[in-house]
Amino acid sequence: MRTVNITNADHHKTAVYPSPFHSRQEQHNQLKEWSRWSDYLSVPAYWCESLEYFSGRNTCGVFDITPMVKHLVTGPDALPYLNRLMTRDVSKLKPGRVGYSVWCNDNGQVIDDGTIFHLREGIYRVCSQEHQIDWFLTSATGFDVNIVEDTHDVAGLALQGPTSCAVLREMGLADVESLTPFGLDYFDFEGVELMVSRTGFTGDLGYELWIDPDHAELLWDRLFEAGSTRGIRAMGSDALEMLRIEAGFILAGVEFLPAMEAVRPTHTRSPFELGLGWLVSFDKGVFNGRKALLEEKKNGSRYHLVKLDIDGNKPAKDAFVFTRNGKYAGTVTSAMWSPSAKASIALASLEAPHGEPGEELEVEIYYQRELRWSRVMEPCRVVRDVFWNPPRRRQTPPADF
Amino acid sequence: MRTKYDAIVIGAGHNGLTNGAYLAKAGLNVLMLEQNDYIGGASVSLDMYKDWTYSNCSYVCSLLRPEVYRSLDLAKYGLQVVPYGGSVTLAENGDYIGNYVDPDVTRREIARHSHRDADASVRFDRDIMRQCRLIRKLLLRTPPDPTSFKPRDLSELLYMGKELMDLGEDVIYDTLRFYTMSISDFLDEYFESPLLKGSYAGSGIIGSALGVMSPGTAYILLHHAMGDVDGSMGAWGFARGGMGAVARAMNDCFTDHGGTTITGEGVAQIIVKKGKISGVAMKDGSEYYSDVVVSNMTFPRTFLECMDAGDLKPGFLKKVRNFKIRGSSGKVNIALDGLPDFVALRGNEQMIYGDMHLIDSIARLERAYDDWKNGTWSQDPYIDMLIPSLTDPTMAPPGKHFMSVFVQYVPPKIRGKDWTDEQVTQFGQTVIDQIEKYAPGFKDLILHMEVRTPRELDNDIGLTEGNIFHGELTLDQLAFNRPIPGYAQYRGPVKGLYMCGSSNPPGGGVMAAPGANAAREILRDLRKPNTVPEGWLDD
Repeated sequence: MRTVNITNADHHKTAVYPSPFHSRQEQHNQLKEWSRWSDYLSVPAYWCESLEYFSGRNTCGVFDITPMVKHLVTGPDALPYLNRLMTRDVSKLKPGRVGYSVWCNDNGQVIDDGTIFHLREGIYRVCSQEHQIDWFLTSATGFDVNIVEDTHDVAGLALQGPTSCAVLREMGLADVESLTPFGLDYFDFEGVELMVSRTGFTGDLGYELWIDPDHAELLWDRLFEAGSTRGIRAMGSDALEMLRIEAGFILAGVEFLPAMEAVRPTHTRSPFELGLGWLVSFDKGVFNGRKALLEEKKNGSRYHLVKLDIDGNKPAKDAFVFTRNGKYAGTVTSAMWSPSAKASIALASLEAPHGEPGEELEVEIYYQRELRWSRVMEPCRVVRDVFWNPPRRRQTPPADF
Repeated sequence: MRTKYDAIVIGAGHNGLTNGAYLAKAGLNVLMLEQNDYIGGASVSLDMYKDWTYSNCSYVCSLLRPEVYRSLDLAKYGLQVVPYGGSVTLAENGDYIGNYVDPDVTRREIARHSHRDADASVRFDRDIMRQCRLIRKLLLRTPPDPTSFKPRDLSELLYMGKELMDLGEDVIYDTLRFYTMSISDFLDEYFESPLLKGSYAGSGIIGSALGVMSPGTAYILLHHAMGDVDGSMGAWGFARGGMGAVARAMNDCFTDHGGTTITGEGVAQIIVKKGKISGVAMKDGSEYYSDVVVSNMTFPRTFLECMDAGDLKPGFLKKVRNFKIRGSSGKVNIALDGLPDFVALRGNEQMIYGDMHLIDSIARLERAYDDWKNGTWSQDPYIDMLIPSLTDPTMAPPGKHFMSVFVQYVPPKIRGKDWTDEQVTQFGQTVIDQIEKYAPGFKDLILHMEVRTPRELDNDIGLTEGNIFHGELTLDQLAFNRPIPGYAQYRGPVKGLYMCGSSNPPGGGVMAAPGANAAREILRDLRKPNTVPEGWLDD
């Protein structure tokens, strides 16, 4: 059920709220540890981070995405408005399709990234990491558009991993296998509407399920019943973090500083500097940040966000990146030992001109063994491809596993 | 014009494929010959029954060197190793001892059997980890010859000596004892619970024709603990799609680098001309030529079955014949209609996901060994079984299961005579009777069963006498003693002949280290750039 009501003056009595799936998360949460994601309680690990991670790569894992900030955009000018707001060309997003996008301030600096769901003709949902209603309304000047944040009215579950399609089919979602990547469709679930999108944050086969909060627990139960013979597991945020780094997905507050929060104005990033130039459509007309981005395209970017393949087996967390001559080149933003790529991998923000695929660099890794710290300079190289990109991610209809 | 290859590898098991892949990466034109219609040797997955996939021989993965995994891009070629959680040992009296994913749960579980043992396991884990750290550094190095004065051997000896000296006096003493002790004596120095000791002791004899009270078995426990999954030491996992996935990924890497694999053609003889290798003669009479032949076959099979005795010195041949390679285990692969109901584990389903052992104590394990010495399979066998399909959705249809059952002891011959088909069936019956005692109704779930005794392991994939490690893993056959002193650097007694199988250091298991180390030596002799990575040091 709906668990957060921000209009209530008594809200201060609860610092963090249970999600609509809380009762079920509690049953699965053997470690009894909770973390926070915005207004909600989230689970870092239910049982074992590693085994939860592997559910996302071997069977399927369930992650509660209710806390994600959601907005509903409607009205006659919904499309022109979104095209003004977003860097990508939203007119190419047909009803029943989902698109990843970023949005910028006037200086072409990224405010946030998120997904645009074209729910039905002219009706859009925009999901984001940060609360955006102020900027969204600011950008709406002159548009006949209605924008509301409905974060707490929609419960969401991500079902990610190679058996996810088979589980949804088993749950009775007829023809769900015909959904193509970034497609969405509606299904009847116990008399209410269940929206399913073939989207996710893991770079693998996966779906996101969206339903009214009153049916959240029932959805969880049906999903786990259907998945009982296909290795379904509850998955915590620690596992998801591993999955998203392997997939090369960026995270607000980690790979970039949201422009609205930047005390130091030079610490922000443009889409180009995040490797998201493919999301910038100059030929669609005016959009927020267009002029500044055109300027940047002409004069060059300050930074490049890159993927690093690092020698050895030590995670390069928080490491500095140097040239082979020992000159400063940048810093690592996210790093891990990748159980699927079987390599030490990282995302790093490098100062231009560094960051061309194939460039040989070094990372400075500090690591501890039985309380003794050591340092190693590990050779690494900039790679073009993401670390995990299995064919099943794109295959339609997906296989059973 | 006949083709001459830069190298011919005999046997497309995982070590042969590893070897071939590194040679091909160095630009060599390599031919891989496999007598079976399928690749993989003992790292194989076959579809023998409907939609089931079996891991027919080896069944779990931990020893595979991560350096090899990475440098051969096995992840890119589709290999995924998925860890499974925990293990359990089931006792005859209905009790059990579990090893859980959560360390505190495990500690309390041990304390349930012996409060003291729960604390002692900290000391035990520390000492095992010390030995792991020592040996892991050596796995991707060629053992030095202690009698040699070559600079390379001397510097390698110095390296080993320094690593040992750095551990300090106490640990050096412990190490020397550790390599010669029995697993039974070793465990007695830590634990009192018979069930806990029984649960550890199995790792000291798996794949060995020794008993838990035989000297040298303590090391075999280390051989099972020195691997890791993603840095988690001692952890084991499933290769997704069965162990054949390991070989498939290696073969894809090999062929991608220009290697050629031919299956279904067995080698009759390795050809020697004027004291040098010149190629191989096939069973069908055809021949392939190369100055370099690499044998991934067992040590005895290479020299006793595939070479002319006239090409070898009699003293050498005698040592080959003396090589200890005795079969001790069997394998039963089962397609199940549903999940077995282990009485002891009702209400504790998570234990079924891991390794399940049937054993009570050291004494019961030793009695199982007595049967082997008497020339028959254990009437009360030690069983190490897993249900990979609970973790890996590719192994069986949903709700159905594949069960891998490793059984010890099983002799290569029955009282000196070859196994008969009837005896193989009887052996299979002994195994499922044993499981039925712990899981009533088990037999009714069986849809199909593959029973493999040492006879099948020898005949089907060439494991001499059915020994899964290509030779006993005792100190007299380890490191610079493996396979025999003077031949521990992957070079055979004839110029151009190399050995890359598990008969060579550092020994058996799906580790890929012998194959990689042999490739490094071959490339060195051919003055080609080295493509074999150095080991990662954990420092």
